[in-house]
Amino acid sequence: MENPPVTDFATDWDHTDPAWVHDPYPIWDDLRQRCPVAHTDRYGGAWFPATHAGVSAVAQDTEHFTSRTVVLGNGRPLEDAPPAPIGVAPPITSDPPFHTIARRLILPAFAPGPVRALEPRVRELCRRLLDDLGDATEFDAATQYAQFIPPGVIVRMLGFPEADEDVFRDFIHVVLEGVNHPVEERIEEFAPIEAYITAQIEDHRAHPRDDLTSYLLGVEVGGQPLAPEHVFGTIILVLIAGIDTTWSAIGSALWHLASHPDDLARLREDPDLMPIAVEEFLRFYAPVTMARLVKRDVEFLGCPMREDDWVLLGFPAANRDPEVFPDADRFVIDRLENRHLAFGLGIHRCAGSNLARMEMRVALEEFLARFPRVELVDPEAVTWSQGQVRGPRRLPVRVVPA
Amino acid sequence: MKVTIDAARCQGHGRCFNLAPDVFGFDELGNGVVLVASPPDDRAERLARLAQVNCPEHAIDIEE
Ligand code: HEM
Repeated sequence: MENPPVTDFATDWDHTDPAWVHDPYPIWDDLRQRCPVAHTDRYGGAWFPATHAGVSAVAQDTEHFTSRTVVLGNGRPLEDAPPAPIGVAPPITSDPPFHTIARRLILPAFAPGPVRALEPRVRELCRRLLDDLGDATEFDAATQYAQFIPPGVIVRMLGFPEADEDVFRDFIHVVLEGVNHPVEERIEEFAPIEAYITAQIEDHRAHPRDDLTSYLLGVEVGGQPLAPEHVFGTIILVLIAGIDTTWSAIGSALWHLASHPDDLARLREDPDLMPIAVEEFLRFYAPVTMARLVKRDVEFLGCPMREDDWVLLGFPAANRDPEVFPDADRFVIDRLENRHLAFGLGIHRCAGSNLARMEMRVALEEFLARFPRVELVDPEAVTWSQGQVRGPRRLPVRVVPA
Repeated sequence: MKVTIDAARCQGHGRCFNLAPDVFGFDELGNGVVLVASPPDDRAERLARLAQVNCPEHAIDIEE
C-alpha cells in the first residue's frame, strides 16, 4: 500500500515517501531551517523534530512521552496491549518504573566483558562468510556478507540452533518494513515466528543451559521469575533490535568505503583509526529512528502536541545538525569530537551498543583484510530500506586488483 | 585535573572507557566509572578531555 505523495515535508511529512527513503538528508536540512519541528496528519498525527536539541529533549523526557510503542504505524496500541507485533518488548517498550527493572536485567549480558569474550567468534564468523565468497570478483556485500553477521551472533547468544539464522532475517524484514500494513495483517505475518520462539523457550525450560534464554528463564525479580510474556518479549526485542540495525550499519559503512576510495585507503594504511571511523559511520549513517507517543496534551518545543500523537525520534537527523557538528554533512573519518546519537539518548540508550560497535569493527577489519580495494558495480543498483531502520539492501561490489 | 562521572546521568554509552581506558572503566552493567581521578600525564589528561566532549549524556565533569 503506497501513501499519497508528500506535498510539503514541513506540514505533511511521511518517512515512507520515496524521496525520504532515497535521500532524507536534504529534507532534514530544509526542515531544520524552516521549522524545526515538522508535523503531519498522516498516521493519526505525528511530529518530527529535526534538530539535535529537539530530539534530545524528547528522548530525555519520559514524563510526557511514552515508549509503549516505538514503531510508528497507523494504529495505536492500547495501554495494556497484548504482545501483538512487537507490542510488549521490554525494556524498549516499557516506561519507568518497570523499564528500570527490565533494563537492569539484560545490561550485564551486553556489558563490555561478555562482549569482548564474543569477539573471536564474530571474527571467525566473518572469516567463514568471506571464505564462502571464494574467488568471486563481484558479490553483494549486503546480502552475502553484512546480513549474516548479526543473526549469527544473536542466535548464539540466545542459544537457538545456528542453522536457523535466516529465519530471523526474513522475519525482521516483515516487522520493520511493513509499517503500512494493516494491524491484522501484521499479526498474521508474525504468527510463525511466535510459534518458533515459543518452541525454543519450551526447549530451554526443559533443558537449561548457559545462554541468554536460560538466563531470562532463571532470573528472579523480587523472588519471582519473569512473566512468560516478559521472557518472550525480551527475546523478540534482542532479535529485532540486534539484527536489522547492525546489518544496516555494517552495510552503510561498506557502501561508503566502496564509493570513497580515499577513506578506504586511509583505513587500509591506518587500521588503528577504525574505532574513531566506526563512530563517524554511526553518526553519518545512523541506521535507527525511534518513535514515542505523547502521553497527554502538552505544549512542547513550541508545538501543540495532543495525547496519542506520534513523535518520530530522528537520531539520524540529530546527527546532521550543524549546531553540534561542524561540517555536519561531510563524512570526516577522523572526527575526534563526535557526540552522536546513533544509539539514542537517556534511559533507553541502546543496550546492545558495545556489541554493535564490536560487530562493526570486526566486520570491517576482516572485510578490508580480505578485500583491500572494492568499488560499487553500479551506484544505481544500490537500494535502501524504508521504515525506521535505514541501510543498503542491495550492495553489489567489485573487487579491484591492487 | 580531577575527573568525575555523574552516575545519575551516565547511561553506559561507553565512549569514555573506549577513548580513555587508562582513566575510565565500567561496572557490571556497563556504566562508566572513574579509575584514575587525577590522570598522571599529558596524554591521559588529553584523552580524559576527549572522553568528556564525546559523552552523549554530558555526564563527565573535569576540574582543571
Ligand atoms: C548499529 C547497531 C545498532 C543501533 C544503531 C541501535 C540503536 C538503538 C537505539 C537508537 C535505541 C534506543 C531506542 C529508544 O530510544 O527508544 C536502541 C535500543 C536498544 N537496542 Fe540497539 N541498536 C543497535 C544494535 C543493537 C544490538 C546488536 C542489540 C542487542 C543484541 C541491541 C539491543 C537494544 C536494546 C535491548 C534496546 C532497548 C534498550 C532500552 O529500552 O532500555 N541494539 N538501539
